[in-house]
Amino acid sequence: MALLEVENLETRFYTEEGVVQAVNDVSYAIDSGEAFGVVGESGAGKSVTSLSLMRLIENPGRIESGEIRFKGRDLLSLSDEEMRELRGNEIAMVFQDPLTALNPVYTIGEQIAEAVRLHRDATDAEARERAIEVLDAVGIPDPEERYDQYPHEFSGGMQQRVIIAIALSCDPDLLICDEPTTALDVTIEAQILELLQDLSEEFDMAIQFITHDLGVVAEICDRMMVMYAGEVVEQGTVEEIYYEPQHPYTVGLMSSIPRVGSERDELDTIPGTMPDLVKLPTGCSFHPRCPYAEEACTRLDPQLVDVDTGRPVDGPDRTTHSAACLAHSGELDGELTYSVDIVEETETEDTDTVEDTQ
Amino acid sequence: MTQRNRTTTRGRIRISGFDSSAVEEEREFIDWDESVDSNVSADRWTRAWQRFRRNRTALLGLAVIGLMTFLAVFARPIDLFGVTVQPFAIAPYDPGASNFNALTQPPSLQHPFGTDWSGKDIFSRVLVGGRLSLTIGLIAVSLALGVGVPLGSIAGYFGGWIDEFIMRIVDVLYAFPFLVLAIAFIAIFGQGFWRMIGALVLVSWIGYARLIRGEILSVKENEYVSAAEALGARDRSIIFRHIVPNAIAPVIVQATLGIGTYVLSAAALGFLGLGLEPGSAEWGSMLSSGRESLVEGNYWITFFPGVAIFLFVLSINLVGDGVRDALDPQGDTASERLR
Repeated sequence: MALLEVENLETRFYTEEGVVQAVNDVSYAIDSGEAFGVVGESGAGKSVTSLSLMRLIENPGRIESGEIRFKGRDLLSLSDEEMRELRGNEIAMVFQDPLTALNPVYTIGEQIAEAVRLHRDATDAEARERAIEVLDAVGIPDPEERYDQYPHEFSGGMQQRVIIAIALSCDPDLLICDEPTTALDVTIEAQILELLQDLSEEFDMAIQFITHDLGVVAEICDRMMVMYAGEVVEQGTVEEIYYEPQHPYTVGLMSSIPRVGSERDELDTIPGTMPDLVKLPTGCSFHPRCPYAEEACTRLDPQLVDVDTGRPVDGPDRTTHSAACLAHSGELDGELTYSVDIVEETETEDTDTVEDTQ
Repeated sequence: MTQRNRTTTRGRIRISGFDSSAVEEEREFIDWDESVDSNVSADRWTRAWQRFRRNRTALLGLAVIGLMTFLAVFARPIDLFGVTVQPFAIAPYDPGASNFNALTQPPSLQHPFGTDWSGKDIFSRVLVGGRLSLTIGLIAVSLALGVGVPLGSIAGYFGGWIDEFIMRIVDVLYAFPFLVLAIAFIAIFGQGFWRMIGALVLVSWIGYARLIRGEILSVKENEYVSAAEALGARDRSIIFRHIVPNAIAPVIVQATLGIGTYVLSAAALGFLGLGLEPGSAEWGSMLSSGRESLVEGNYWITFFPGVAIFLFVLSINLVGDGVRDALDPQGDTASERLR
């Protein structure tokens, strides 16, 4: 049994404009020590999925149905107090913006020690010791002195390390990272990713990594899922999805990655925008933006199917590469005609200067 | 975990010859220590005090308040349970003692501020009256904060029907002109020191409740609040440890300015004859009892208590402005440039 199994999760927000279908029938599983990527545009339901795991969906939102099994326990049936015990202790979260995720009025040491005291029966001295230990683990120099400093005395990258330290303070089994490097510059991003990877190995901690950066997923994740309009459109290992993407949306995302040295004036983008989650298109919700859309796509809601056999995948499945496109269930007349070419390393091996590549 | 080098060569630019491993080696020509110099981190109250200290008008206000407090405390000896805690007496006369040899005297050497119709020394009364006015201000503001801040915080944090309930009470109380409500309260419960404070608290906690609720609505959107929730913190600790300290600054400013308002309101109630018992040495009551003599040209009976009220409220306002500037980190550079 996997560490975390999410089955047919549905989360809705009941707003005045209508019912926002933020998460629709999402199933996935994460094994202990595994890094799992969740990718999609803004508004695809990535963050709501994670907040649902923590049961931190606030009014007017509600988890309508589904099951979230963590170590075999159904989180949705736990009492509030049991859930509170679990948060931070077994599942911890790293937020996107280090600037606002730290409370400006307390020293960073106090904030870590607070997390320790919440779940461990620790004296102030023990909490302090533990805080210094995790500060050291996330690579903050002079942790003893830094303990008494305020968040504004840290740079963005260091603040993000502090946030990771807070999340690590109680040795969680699952770390949910909600775009942890979006607010950081690339060199710091690389450091933080490396840190997360090391920590995951060191503490045998699973990571659910939410991002819209496909490069980041490639770097640290084992398996991933692509979300669109609150649904999972493709799921599989990172290799499978990168080398053989089976859903037009995934391909669209990959083709819109800017490439250094590309001489094109414009980026390839996916035309249009994410639909309003209050009023999803009929059939496949991606069909208005899909270059391969046919009449059938407006009628039939594609199920997540095994891309090799075309058989539907039900519930959390860690082994199959699945995609939700009619092309795989045989209901599409045309074919997905894109191809993925892997630029061989030898192509640029002999070039030293930028000019040569253009 | 499998290694995927593909992403590093995904672009078409390739850099070669940049050997970063040289950095790892010990190179003696580089004389630079990476460790940070730790300077002592001041907490925000220390920093606020440093900013406040640079504000001269606010310091002047603080000095005036300090002086008035000093005079009020040392005006007459204080006895607590029969023990004299404070033996000094700056005031030359007993503020309650009538002197029928010196009725309605203009200011002189014996009576620097003159005497009133029953021969009571006004200088002594102004000094001792400071006790009443100042304690009314302080006690009323603390009680109003004690009621308004928790209620406003709870309303702002939980929202929903709790918020509706508390804020509708606030709205109802706001619908009354505040002096009228205070007068009604005193009319029902009668006069007296604590009843007057009760009336002032009743009409003023709503301001703090509304202010902190608004602040909390914006502060609770901060990610550190969700982060605390995600760590499994309890609601109580989230509100009072994480949200309120970040939302309290405007309330402190308002409360500082509020002390002045209470002193003024107490004076107004006293002037209307609804404050303390008639004849007590309180600035507002003194103004009130002196108003007939104003027509006769005996200005000093009302002038000196009036000046005391004016000076105190002005100083409180100066200090309040200073506190606002000191607690607002963004305002720091702007006001610095002006000076």
